[in-house]
This record gives sequence, structure tokens and C-alpha cells, in this order.
Amino acid sequence: MFEILEKKSLNPTVTLMKIYAPRVAKKAEPGQFIILRTDSEGERIPLTVADYDREKGSITIIFQIVGGTTEKLNHMNEGDCLQDFVGPLGRPTETEGLKKVAVVGGGVGCAIAYPVAKKLHELGVEVHSIVGFRNKDLVILEDEFRAASSKFVLMSDDGSVGEKGLVTDALKKLIESGEKYDRVITIGPLIMMKFVCRLTKEYEIPTVASMNPIMIDGTGMCGGCRLTVGGETKFACVDGPEFDGHLIDFDEAMARGAMYKPFERHAHEEACNLFKEVK
Amino acid sequence: MANMSLKKNEMPVQAPDVRNKNFAEVALGYTEEQAIDEAKRCLNCKNKPCTTGCPVQIDIPAFIAQVAEGNFAEAYKIITQSSSLPAVCGRVCPQENQCEGKCVRGIKGEPVAIGRLERFVADWHNAQPEAPVEKPAPNGHKVAIIGSGPSGLACAGDLIKKGYDVTIFEALHVAGGVLSYGIPEFRLPKAIVQKEIEGLKALGVKVETNTVVGRTVSVDELMKEEGFESVFIGSGAGLPRFMNIPGENLSGVYSANEFLTRINLMKAYKEGSSTPIKAGTSAVIVGGGNVAMDAARCAKRLGADVTIVYRRTEKELPARAEEVEHAMEEGIVFKFLTNPTEITATEDGWVKGVICQQMELSEPDASGRAKPVPIDGAFFEIKADCVIMSIGTSPNPLIKATTDGLDTQKWGGIIADEDGLTSKEGVYAGGDAVTGAATVILAMGAGKKAAAAMDEYLQNK
Repeated sequence: MFEILEKKSLNPTVTLMKIYAPRVAKKAEPGQFIILRTDSEGERIPLTVADYDREKGSITIIFQIVGGTTEKLNHMNEGDCLQDFVGPLGRPTETEGLKKVAVVGGGVGCAIAYPVAKKLHELGVEVHSIVGFRNKDLVILEDEFRAASSKFVLMSDDGSVGEKGLVTDALKKLIESGEKYDRVITIGPLIMMKFVCRLTKEYEIPTVASMNPIMIDGTGMCGGCRLTVGGETKFACVDGPEFDGHLIDFDEAMARGAMYKPFERHAHEEACNLFKEVK
Repeated sequence: MANMSLKKNEMPVQAPDVRNKNFAEVALGYTEEQAIDEAKRCLNCKNKPCTTGCPVQIDIPAFIAQVAEGNFAEAYKIITQSSSLPAVCGRVCPQENQCEGKCVRGIKGEPVAIGRLERFVADWHNAQPEAPVEKPAPNGHKVAIIGSGPSGLACAGDLIKKGYDVTIFEALHVAGGVLSYGIPEFRLPKAIVQKEIEGLKALGVKVETNTVVGRTVSVDELMKEEGFESVFIGSGAGLPRFMNIPGENLSGVYSANEFLTRINLMKAYKEGSSTPIKAGTSAVIVGGGNVAMDAARCAKRLGADVTIVYRRTEKELPARAEEVEHAMEEGIVFKFLTNPTEITATEDGWVKGVICQQMELSEPDASGRAKPVPIDGAFFEIKADCVIMSIGTSPNPLIKATTDGLDTQKWGGIIADEDGLTSKEGVYAGGDAVTGAATVILAMGAGKKAAAAMDEYLQNK
């Protein structure tokens, strides 16, 4: 069984867990994801691998509490077991030949951006990390990013921490100041990635965006995670999750991502009420 | 004296306007009396044409003779000498093209209802108190089966009986493959599938779910690091095809795989399920196979008005006749000679309708079926808020991409000989992974053939 070895709250809505899953831990690489179910009636949700420990056989996941399943997951504790945990799925981040990379993360997407930054840093790539959060209380992994980057820029929407502004403002400033990146890797909300990609297109910097669409099996079977990349339909689970950001149809991805929003909101409320009753 | 009635004994079913609102099984099965009466229609032909039509060569006249005598336990024994999944095949086999298609009684009148009798025998057996199983003596060899669908289960069943140490690796969280995620509850109750799998487990088969071979572990690692001496790949044809027409990625457009997986595997049809599904108020299903019928009938049960569009005519529908009949009875509208060219959208990116082109049939194409050709300028729109693409599936490329020396066809099917041997020593394959999407019984037959070949290979190694 997939035991929760460690649980840590990173901020009021984001939680880190280390899960015992030796087969997955043996193979996982940055950029890949897992799918889990909390219980036998649960839905399957994809979460990106935030870290792994091959010796201890553990996988670190970091998740934001947004729907019924993440609410339920957040109520599980060390020693509890997840019903299902499968992976690693998707293709790992491509790191070959890179010398200088800007990693741009937003919100809980930073949980996915961090292992990529760390891997690049270990490979000797010069990493500039730009991370953005709504406010001071939501900042995660700051120390970790600092340790993995030769330049670190923290942005917040309200200016309560770091500089006030968007990650695109910071990225633009760095590019304008003469920094030459061979690649920008961006992970975060779709709207943020859309504007990062629009900016880097102007400067003709190759850019990779990590997509996190709705999916069920994660093996190419359902096609629910499909998106349009350069006019072609791709499956995020097997062809991705990382794609050429300049070719992704972000507007379509945003519409598809909102397909079950009312259902999710309802499921979240139900789960919250359930836990209130238990208390 | 044989029963010379020209017609099969009808099998009781749920009334169409009742069953199209629930997910309980449609066909209710024969009673003992009906089964015995039907069995007496068999002429017990010496040359057994029915058996030649069966992909796993069940001794059909022999089992039917036992049913006619009321010896159901004996009948079950005869069936299971050749078939590993009788309760499943009795329900989903295309009997009209196989055993029943060859039945002499079918020349004048209806053939003997072989499928219904097989189902009766299997259900009768499953209702008996379980006899303790005797685990076969281990022979010391370890084999891996990839995929727990019909081919994998059949292969595992034959190998465990010969004493092999058998482990099935399944990517999803539930075993059964298409029997679990694809075929709906009302056609194949999941309890029956799980019973078959529990039976294999009782014999000693190990099932490791949540293991995606090609990602979690590779075929080469299974053989080199984990000590599996031979591997059977029964990974099916799970990759859904799309038409590549505008609007196919709109919200509300599903592959049949996704739609059925949400319903069957994730139980989205149940009140309070944590997996959402949207069949909308009017659903259009594109395609004419069994999967299209399944998707249509599910959408109907979720409350949608359902239209199936198919580019040929009723005569060319690839689905089983019984499935088409059931779908029509349940109020599903068929539009033949109709081919979608575009899916239109609402302002917020949802499906609004399907623009279709009227077709006509011309000369037969390479498949031997009359080729549909578009009629210039003949377009019309069907209003819809859900579209389900059910135009076929291809084998998943993951295993090919991660296994050294495994050859595949251009379209992705694994290349295997008559016995299932692939281009890689010790590695066998069968079912949809080799043939492309086909039937449960053909996959089962391939699994059994491969099991025999693997046994021979390992005994002579």
C-alpha cells in the first residue's frame, strides 16, 4: 500500500506529502507525473512529481486544495495509505544541451518548476528562477529555489513579498537587461503560461510549457487530456506534459480545463461539509 | 426427439423504456426449463459446424447435449476445457458470425441459441456454492502477463493450471481491461468480470494493478532484473482515434473510451460519484461499432436524447445485430449515410452542434464494404451539447517505444506469428495489441494459443 510517510503544510492551501511507492520512485524524473486515488470510491487525479528519493522509495507530491479529492487528500495523515498511486507517467523534462535557462513558476506550479530547476542546477546549467505568488502567505519553496538558482526573483501580485508585479514583468526585465537564455521553462496557471509564451515569442526564445489538463488514465487511453499544439491534437499524458509553448492553443486548453468547474466547486463544498460534520 | 421449433427460445429482457433509464443488465438469462427446451433444438451434428465457427473450438454439441439432460455441471466442465471466460463470452461474443452462424438449424429458421446456453451454464455454475480450489503444483518457472483484459486473463488461466508462477501487470487500478473500463454494466455486469478474476487469483495468479509497463517498469527489466522467463503482451488497443475535423477539442467532445471509462471504471453514472460526466441533453455518437452502441446506450441512460451518425447504411453497421436492435428499441435515433465534417461551438467553447454531410454508397472498397462518398453541397446540422467519437482505437505505442527489439506494424500492431511469438525471444503477444480492435473471444483465443507456445518454449529451454 502507498503509505503517507510525511505530511507538511506549505501554506494554508498547499500541502506536501511523501508517499511510499518504490516502483515509481525507482524511475521518476523531473517533469513526470503520477495519478492517485485516495479511496476505493475516489476519482483519479494527476499530480506532478515534486521530488523523489530512490533509496527510501518515496515520491514527493505537492498539491493545492481545489476540489473534493484534494480536500480529502489533505485530511489524510502520516501513516494513512492511499488506495492507488501509479506512475511515473509522461515524458521527463528534456535537459540535453542546455546552458542557461529561465524557470518561470506561478503559484502551486512552482512545486513542479522546482524539481526541474534543481535537476538543471545539478547538471551544471545556469538557472534563473522567477516565481510569482498572489501574496506573502502563499509563497512556497523559496529556500529550495534559491539553492538551485544563480539568480532568483520573487514576485507577488500585491507587493507583500518580493517585487510587486507579474512574472512576465520580471522575465522581460531580465531579457532586456541582456540575459541570453537558450530556453524558458514555464509552469503555472494557463493564463500565466500563455503570457510568458507570448513574451518569449517576441524575443524568439524557445519555451516549454508544462500542461496539467484533466485526465483519467494517464496512459493515452481516454484522450481527455488532448490539446492542440501547432494545429495538431496531442495527448498531454503520453506526448507531454511539456510542449513547445509557442505552439500551444492556450485558449482552447483554458476552455477544456473549465469543463467541470461547477462540479468541482460542488464536490469541494461537499467534502468540506463532510469534514465539518466529522469535527 | 429434437425440439423442431424454428425459433429460438426468447430470452427475457428488461422492457426498453424501463432499461433505458437504468444501468442494470438488459438480458435476464434463461430459466432451467428454457435452457433445456432450447438445448433440445440441437441436432447434435456429427461434423460440428458450430465448433468450427468458434475461435476457441468449444465442443458445442457436447455441452448442449448435457444441458438437454439437465447435467449443467457437466456442461460447464466441457465449456471450460476450451474457454476461460464463459460467463463473459456468453454475453458479448458475436455468435451470429461464429458458432450460430454455422448452425444447421439456421438454414431454415433460427440457429440454436448457443450464446444464451453458454451464458446459462456459466451463470448456473457461478450460482453454485464454491468448491474449494486445488492450486496446481508449481513448476518453478516465472512468467509475466501485461494487461488484464481477455487475452491476458486467458493466457494467465492456462499457464497457472500448468504450474507456472504467473503475475499480471495492469496499468489501471482495476483488473479486467476492456471488460472493466469499456463494456457497460448493463451488457456485462462487473461482478461477473471480478468473479472470473477472483477465480484466477484463487488458483495463484498474482495481479499487480497500478503498473504501467513501459513507464513503471519495462519488459526488458521484467526479464533481466525481475526473473520473468517469458512475457505475454496483451495490452490491447486503447488509443482512441479522432476524425481530425474542426471543433473536435471543444468542451463536451469525448472519445468513446473516455466517456465509457468515466461511466464503467469510475462509476460516474452513480449518484455521488466523484468523477463527473456530461452526456448533455442531446448527444451525437459518431460510429457504428459495438463501442458506439455502448456509448449511445449509456448516454441515453444518463438522460440525453441520442443520435448515432454512421457514414454507411444499416446493413454495413459493424456492431452485433443484437446491440443495434437493443439500441433502436431504447429510442436511439440512427442517421445513416451521414458523416460529420465540423463540430460547432458556443461562445464559451462548448459543443453547439455537428455539421454533417450526406453520403451515398459507391463501389466496394478494400475492406469489401461499399464505399461511402460525399454528396456535394448536401450539409445539415444536428444540434448537440455532447459529441462522442467512436471511430476505433489503435494499439498503445508505449510498450513498443520502451522495449528493445520488439517489431510492430506501421499502424502500431505488434508483429507476432500464429503462436503469438514476437520478434523478441521469450516475448509473446496477442489480442487487440496484435490485431487492432477486435473481439473478446478472438483475444481470448490468442491468449490461449500464446500460453501453449510459452509452455512449450519454457519446457524446452
